[in-house]
Amino acid sequence: MTEAQQAILSPETVLAEMKKNGVTHVVWLPDSETNFLYLLMKAEPSLTLVAVSREGLAFSTAAGLAVGGKHPIILIQNTGMMEAGDSLRGWGLGLNVPVVMMVGYRGWTRHGVNTDTAATYTERFLNAFGINYYLVESDADAPRISAAFEEAKKTKRPVAVLVGDEYHGFH
Amino acid sequence: MFDTAEMLKIFQRYRGDAIVIPGRGGRHWNKISTRPSLDLPLGDPAMGGHASFALGLALARPERKVVLFDSEGDLLMGMGVLATIAEQAPRNLYHFMLDNECYATTGGQPVPNAKNVAYDAIARGAGYGRAYAFNNLEGFAIQIEGILRDPGPVFVAMKVVPEVINEPIGRRARWQTRTRDQAVKELQTELGVAA
Repeated sequence: MTEAQQAILSPETVLAEMKKNGVTHVVWLPDSETNFLYLLMKAEPSLTLVAVSREGLAFSTAAGLAVGGKHPIILIQNTGMMEAGDSLRGWGLGLNVPVVMMVGYRGWTRHGVNTDTAATYTERFLNAFGINYYLVESDADAPRISAAFEEAKKTKRPVAVLVGDEYHGFH
Repeated sequence: MFDTAEMLKIFQRYRGDAIVIPGRGGRHWNKISTRPSLDLPLGDPAMGGHASFALGLALARPERKVVLFDSEGDLLMGMGVLATIAEQAPRNLYHFMLDNECYATTGGQPVPNAKNVAYDAIARGAGYGRAYAFNNLEGFAIQIEGILRDPGPVFVAMKVVPEVINEPIGRRARWQTRTRDQAVKELQTELGVAA
């Protein structure tokens, strides 16, 4: 097994975290950092996948689910998260939605110089909205996903999990 | 075009125990509804999200009808939601849309291609099984009982008279009698949902 393979965040781990934390619905728009989850999520009977066409719609959908007593997770990319700022503000924060958003951290790297402005502004964006975040890179970081769920539930606010997995995706 | 309040009075007769998200019709619905604990007057959390919020609520509570009074300005901001609703196909979602052909709360400027968009055709093309369009109250009054009796998702476009507001937001009279948080909490209590 190569170092890269050992370092990956496996889809089984992410799915196990979702199930452990009672997720009922995955509100998502595919991205290159989290695409590896799709087939497993689709095959998981306890999850309903709700595909949206723009990331802003994910926050309002999640708000409706949460008001109705369900436990959604949002799965989007950092680029779309930034486009969805007003929806995050109005629906996510405005309706006190205790939701975890797993965000594909496009452009993130720990081994070189960042050349992607999507990565440049990701954490600054989250800081501007006062959204706490946890970086996950590999299976060893799985407890951080549960920490994000616990924090969202406790604070009744969105909490981000940044998927900084360099070895998946197409970039 | 017809009057939003008059339309809502007719709708009220057939509302039953549906959850109602009154959207831009909230100021009128507030005085008409007889089941306020099942109403969710959200105000305007962020434009473009009402339909997806209603979808989420409908998926969460499949045993209840969820009725949304969307607006064309709101829908235009996130029209992709029509495809998502059609794909999820919640049988309990009734998607009404008030089309006044303008942004009434910003002074009445026209929405893009205001007089020529066939929203019912777009909804049907996105995959809604049923879609209607009404520009007079008589047609609406005849059809509303059947619209609500049959399963969703259904889309109902309605041409309504603009009620243009020119006052700055800070000077507008509040019509809400409850905060958003109170409305959510009362609905959750009514539905037996743990907050």
